[in-house]
Amino acid sequence: MTTLLETLMSELGGEAVANKHQYPRTVISLIVPKDKFVVAAKALKKADAFLTAEWATDETMLGGGFGIYACYRCDAQYLVVKTKVSEDDPTFPSLIKKYVPAYRFERQMSSLMGVIPVGHTDMRPWIKFENWPPDAWPLRKSFAASTLMPSVQGDYQWIRAYGEGVYEIPVGPVHAGIIEPGHFRFQAVGENIINLEARLGYVHKGIEKRFEVLSFQDGVRLAARVSGDTTVAHSIAYSIALETMTGCRVPQRGHWLRALFLERERIANHLGDIGAICNDAAFAFMLYQLSRLKETLLRTNRKLFGHRFIMDRVVPGGCTVDIDTEGKAEILVELDVLAKQFQRLVRIYEENPSLEDRVRDTGVFTPEIAKELCTVGVVARASGLKVDCRVHQPFPPYDSIEVKVPVLISGDVHARVWVRVKEIRESIRIIKHILENLPDGAIRTDISMPISESEGFAAVEGWRGEIIYWLQAGADAQINRCMVRDPSSVNWLGLEQAIKGNIVPDFPLCNKSFNQSYSGHDL
Amino acid sequence: MIRILRQMFRTGIATEPIAVANDDNVKIMDIKLSKTAKRCLRKSLVIRQVDAGSCNGCELEIHAINNPIYNCERFGIRFTASPRFADMVLVTGPVSRNMEVALRRTYNAMATPKLVVALGDCACNGGIFGESYASCGGVDKVIPVDVYISGCPPVPEDILQGILKIFIPK
Ligand code: SF4
Repeated sequence: MTTLLETLMSELGGEAVANKHQYPRTVISLIVPKDKFVVAAKALKKADAFLTAEWATDETMLGGGFGIYACYRCDAQYLVVKTKVSEDDPTFPSLIKKYVPAYRFERQMSSLMGVIPVGHTDMRPWIKFENWPPDAWPLRKSFAASTLMPSVQGDYQWIRAYGEGVYEIPVGPVHAGIIEPGHFRFQAVGENIINLEARLGYVHKGIEKRFEVLSFQDGVRLAARVSGDTTVAHSIAYSIALETMTGCRVPQRGHWLRALFLERERIANHLGDIGAICNDAAFAFMLYQLSRLKETLLRTNRKLFGHRFIMDRVVPGGCTVDIDTEGKAEILVELDVLAKQFQRLVRIYEENPSLEDRVRDTGVFTPEIAKELCTVGVVARASGLKVDCRVHQPFPPYDSIEVKVPVLISGDVHARVWVRVKEIRESIRIIKHILENLPDGAIRTDISMPISESEGFAAVEGWRGEIIYWLQAGADAQINRCMVRDPSSVNWLGLEQAIKGNIVPDFPLCNKSFNQSYSGHDL
Repeated sequence: MIRILRQMFRTGIATEPIAVANDDNVKIMDIKLSKTAKRCLRKSLVIRQVDAGSCNGCELEIHAINNPIYNCERFGIRFTASPRFADMVLVTGPVSRNMEVALRRTYNAMATPKLVVALGDCACNGGIFGESYASCGGVDKVIPVDVYISGCPPVPEDILQGILKIFIPK
């Protein structure tokens, strides 16, 4: 891996310096001059690195100006490149020519922080709606979180398609089912979709700004509510980021319990997803059968851990609930029953030709595009990318638990279902392994406060995919910035590509098979 | 096909009687409903759900009341896509600024009587998101609320009982 760093250093002509504030030390962090920001991206692209996140910070309290960050993943290595821009000239070179996901990241940065990506071809605001004042940049320190913004007149320019027989279907923000809000605009000819443009931001609640008024300890409660279905994974990611900054050593048992919660969350959500996908293909039987299985898991969660989604049970320093021998036995029995019943249902799924007709070759997301868009998680694994933080950047206890990662290449709805099926089986195995090998000892330890200006980073594999947290401590041990990158932030771009050429009635099916979080994206 | 049928028979009826809810979690305001309306709605209630900025935790529990175990349809509760058909709007989330207009429009599109239920701590008082530039801090800041069901997220029995309680004749 040093070779990557060496190549990068030589490309940058010795102008990069190591960022001393960054924790953990295994994550390489460089500060480069503004004009070298793209050079670094270019070198990393050549080395087949993925862009995982891009964000801006307001460093008024830390010496002024803005920090522009880009985070890359190259094989098993994370690398953060930072550049500084001044308040008077908040411009930075755009990365969109090198990396497609930068397209949305940079629109978001310019909308919420007011930094300007030079060379970006689409400067329509993102998340910030047309009725916000154009100069409202909520992530800036000069903007008070309680500001009541006046409503202004504005318009959003949709991408248009012209031609004979082309028509538009607007959908949302309030959808037909019980799902989160977002707006989709289809351009179609007959039944065929020629383009889909999503507009998100409806559930923007100012979470990243909210972090800045919370203490480091309380932040975890907010992290748990970034996306309710991924509450465990978000809490773990936040906690790890904070723990790396403070050098806190979580007791082994704490780590293992976290993994137990994480895998239970994965199974519950995958069960729900498979059922919902089948339901959108008009096979309601599966939804009801699987939601019954999911319900048994949630009930056990409530009984053993006090919450159906195990919310707020992971805190910086460890966990707040333990498990006893009876609890263990109960889970083992439950999993045996679950595995057996699940197997029967999978068989029914496999043998149903009308279902197969709907899910095969629908919403094909090719491995090339998946790679180009730096997709993560289930969606990426169904499109031939072997990405899983439990394997490539194992956070404890996954450094001592073997995880088999299923990878398929067809990239259709079926592949996304099948990855989930395999992951459920794997998670059942992992949970059994955890219960058998759970270390003794404490489950929690005290945590000190991070020193000012330190920066913590964590990548955790939630059920949807890789979640990234990046925390920065302010001058007075306050949170100066907490950047949250839910897998949805990158994967939403994938849906727009996967749907092209499909028919309109298949959209719900494709959308369900992606099942990205609106809340995690809009923050 | 035979496998499907076999699985159905093996499963049998999964629906359970609902457990008693925690009364502290449900607050019902003074609802002006005629006796006839109460009687009619008690056995046939159509709900439009609106996510006004939730973290989607509350949605998971609304899905749960639709599962075969809680089976809300046995009480005649049905979720609809159109607000025009709805008797009740079930709102989750603190009402994000970006959803404010959509929520108002949904409410206005409903025919009277329109019942409003605020579901979850966020919907009741803003919860952890509070009131800010992006969050209105509760459903009642935007439309009048008839029933508050608290919890983060509220458990399915609280949701069901909270809804059903409105129609119990006093
Ligand atoms: S009440 Fe809790 S679960 Fe429901 S939307 Fe709010 S934070 Fe999420």
